[in-house]
Amino acid sequence: MITREDVEHISWLASIKIEEQEKDEFVEQFNSILDYFHQLDEVDTENVEPTYRVVDLENVFRDDVACKSLSQEESLRNAPRREEGYFKSPRIV
Amino acid sequence: MLSELKEQLPAGSAVEYLEKLFEKIEKSRLNAFTSLAKESALAQAREFDKSPGKGLLAGVPIAIKECISTKGIETNCSSRILRGYVPPYDAHVIERLKAEGAIVMGKTNMDEFAMGTSTETSAFGPTRNPWDLERVPGGSSGGSAACVAGGEAPCALGSDTGGSVRCPASFCGIVGLKPTYGLVSRFGLVAYANSLEQIGPLTGTVEDTALLMQVIAGHDWRDSTSAKKGFSLEGLKDGVKGLKIGIPKEYFGEGVDGEVEKAVWNAISTLENLGASWQEVSLPHTRYALAAYYVIAMSEASSNLARFDGLRYGLRVGEDQDWHTTFSEIRSQGFGPEVKRRILLGTYALSAGYYGRYYLKALKVRTLIKNDFQNAFKQVDILASPTMPIPAFKIGERINDPLSLYMADVFTVPINLAGVPAVSLPCGFAGHLPVGLQLMGPHFGEAAVLGAAQAFEEATPFHEARPEVI
Repeated sequence: MITREDVEHISWLASIKIEEQEKDEFVEQFNSILDYFHQLDEVDTENVEPTYRVVDLENVFRDDVACKSLSQEESLRNAPRREEGYFKSPRIV
Repeated sequence: MLSELKEQLPAGSAVEYLEKLFEKIEKSRLNAFTSLAKESALAQAREFDKSPGKGLLAGVPIAIKECISTKGIETNCSSRILRGYVPPYDAHVIERLKAEGAIVMGKTNMDEFAMGTSTETSAFGPTRNPWDLERVPGGSSGGSAACVAGGEAPCALGSDTGGSVRCPASFCGIVGLKPTYGLVSRFGLVAYANSLEQIGPLTGTVEDTALLMQVIAGHDWRDSTSAKKGFSLEGLKDGVKGLKIGIPKEYFGEGVDGEVEKAVWNAISTLENLGASWQEVSLPHTRYALAAYYVIAMSEASSNLARFDGLRYGLRVGEDQDWHTTFSEIRSQGFGPEVKRRILLGTYALSAGYYGRYYLKALKVRTLIKNDFQNAFKQVDILASPTMPIPAFKIGERINDPLSLYMADVFTVPINLAGVPAVSLPCGFAGHLPVGLQLMGPHFGEAAVLGAAQAFEEATPFHEARPEVI
């Protein structure tokens, strides 16, 4: 069972603020969705390997050479706040 | 048909054709488009009229889903958090389309970040189904399907993470393909659940889907999961004589609308009359696919969508405070309820103490589902089923009950878990609403799937039916 405190903790982990009235709604919805997910418990997965990728992949190497990248101006064009050619971030420490 | 359009364009005028489409879109009530690239599209069309190029799609306009990056054209995933974002580069598929002379005419509406089955979670409001304006077009590529079915674009691209190309193709009565994982580069596709998704065409006919695949498929070093394979039209016209079709028993019966089931069985009879044979097969883990899919998709989403923090692009609100408060506020205002639900549940599934129970368990079930398909393809060449268990439902009917919406994806998500290709094509009607037939093949078995689809289309009139949109 997911509780209000669980929802608050997850929202902190996911960095999404949620409103008080949203919390009750999420508690109810999450419990019904997780209840549905619990049918996975019925499946015997002893000795079954997980599938991370569906097609076989091999490591791809390339030569370590510099190539053209976006200009500073292009990189910053979409930034909502910038200063002296940098992205402006909120205070971290 | 794109082949007819390609013949007509050089004699007539690409500008005139494009202007007619824009005029229609501006009067339309479908809300299929989120933005039109009038200036760049008309400039390209004028260029074509002066000297028609020789590319495979020379002069052909195409509509592009909001989550596929288009240089200089806003790409916002129908989300408030990405409003105003203009990519500085093209997705691989857009580079390929432009190289063959196609004209990007605009961007199409979708469920926010492709999370939905109805195009109702878009920040731009729902798209309407051209067959019945009170109903959803399916999702998440609802705009791309509605504009093609409604005659507002000759073809479109969508993306399919758990059915997002096939579901709207089915609900809108057109053709949509989810290619084998790795066949089309995801470079420039805004990631939702990267181990599941592929870009795919939405068109009026099977031949048009094959033509678009010829253009967009192929290796791209910038996507590390891109296969070293291309797509060829070989075998497309070979018919279905001797083809063995498997009917997965888990895809029929309970929960499937009676008229949908009838239309699909009629389609199987048609294929049989054309020389194919069918037999029942079993995909025994089908009933667990939906839960496994949603655990994996939500987990990947929680990681992929962590990048939206209003720093490098997107929404930034209020005065900056400490980083956690600032980011939490931006993400609270920027994401809609379904995106929040999926990020939060995915975060939970990956969090300490729950990883093994949900995420790892789902990945193991994924292996069993993939094995189901491999075993089936030892007995038969392709599989046939309904694409969706129901025809298009009414706008607002299911949006407040997330689980009931998820249930509609029951026949489309196993394909993404297994990474195999599947096409949806029109095979009849349930009342006044189109029904989609889903044909599935083994990895890189596009030729068999599209070959059968092509033979079916040639023998039936369903692809010619078009809604009268006012």
